[in-house]
Amino acid sequence: MPTVKSDTLSLRSEQDIVNVRQVVRKLAQECGFSLVEQTKMVTAASELARNTVTYGKGGDVLWEMLTEGLKKGLRLSFVDAGPGIPDLELALTDGWTSGGGMGLGLSGAKRLVNEFEIETAPGKGTRVTILRWK
Amino acid sequence: MSMGNVERIAILRMGPFLLVTIQVDMHDQLALTLQDDLTAKIEKTGAKGVLIDISALDMVDSFIGRMIGNISSMSRILDAHTVVVGMKPAVAITLVELGITLAGVRTALTVERGMNILRAAIADQTDQLEADDADREE
Ligand SMILES: Nc1ncnc2c1ncn2[C@@H]1O[C@H](COP(=O)(O)OP(=O)(O)O)[C@@H](O)[C@H]1O
Ligand SMILES: [Mg+2]
Repeated sequence: MPTVKSDTLSLRSEQDIVNVRQVVRKLAQECGFSLVEQTKMVTAASELARNTVTYGKGGDVLWEMLTEGLKKGLRLSFVDAGPGIPDLELALTDGWTSGGGMGLGLSGAKRLVNEFEIETAPGKGTRVTILRWK
Repeated sequence: MSMGNVERIAILRMGPFLLVTIQVDMHDQLALTLQDDLTAKIEKTGAKGVLIDISALDMVDSFIGRMIGNISSMSRILDAHTVVVGMKPAVAITLVELGITLAGVRTALTVERGMNILRAAIADQTDQLEADDADREE
């Protein structure tokens, strides 16, 4: 999967979450996503960016525009060095939250993309990667 | 839409109703402030209805979705009706897939229809009150 271009954005504040939404919107448009596809990717990004800021104590998002043949795709990796997720299965359950949210960020984001992967370990931080193809 | 430094969203009063038009990509604190401001204003003005226009919003995630749900339940407790108008189809499709149903939140496609829903809700309530009064007088 050749990478067309990529960059990293910092995720430390609420304003950074808004910024990520706007950058992802532009990239999704560049990939030729339909309006619904754009909205799904932006919404998933917003959920994961908020998790990085609130639970991960801040981190980064790496975005990569990919091609495979004529297909274009957008991959986002949300990375933090926070506390990690002790029980991943529980965290991925619809409605489960440790913090008073709606508990739909991880499970919902997973439904909104084509590929979804989490690497996490207690005390070692969390990396959530999503990918959506045009 | 990069008006990120807006600290408050305006709430307009129109007769017995409060009107909110969300025109910025809200950061979380802005959404929470709006929720608090609206609740305070319903209490202060005794407003009977709240209309929230989200036609400019390109995205509603679980945080904003929760805010909309909260506003609706809090206004119900304060005896006011809430209608959310103008949700874009792409936003609605995404919300459902995210898992947010906005159960109990009334929605309408346009501001005009939203206002009609609020007027009708208030008229029903007034009718009911008059009927109750009439019962008591008998
Ligand atoms: N980056 C992260 N670091 C640590 N814990 C996380 C992270 N992301 C998610 N979690 C945990 O997973 C739970 C579920 O996340 P989510 O589905 O987004 O729901 P919510 O944000 O509403 O709590 C969170 O409550 C939190 O305990
Ligand atoms: Mg979350």
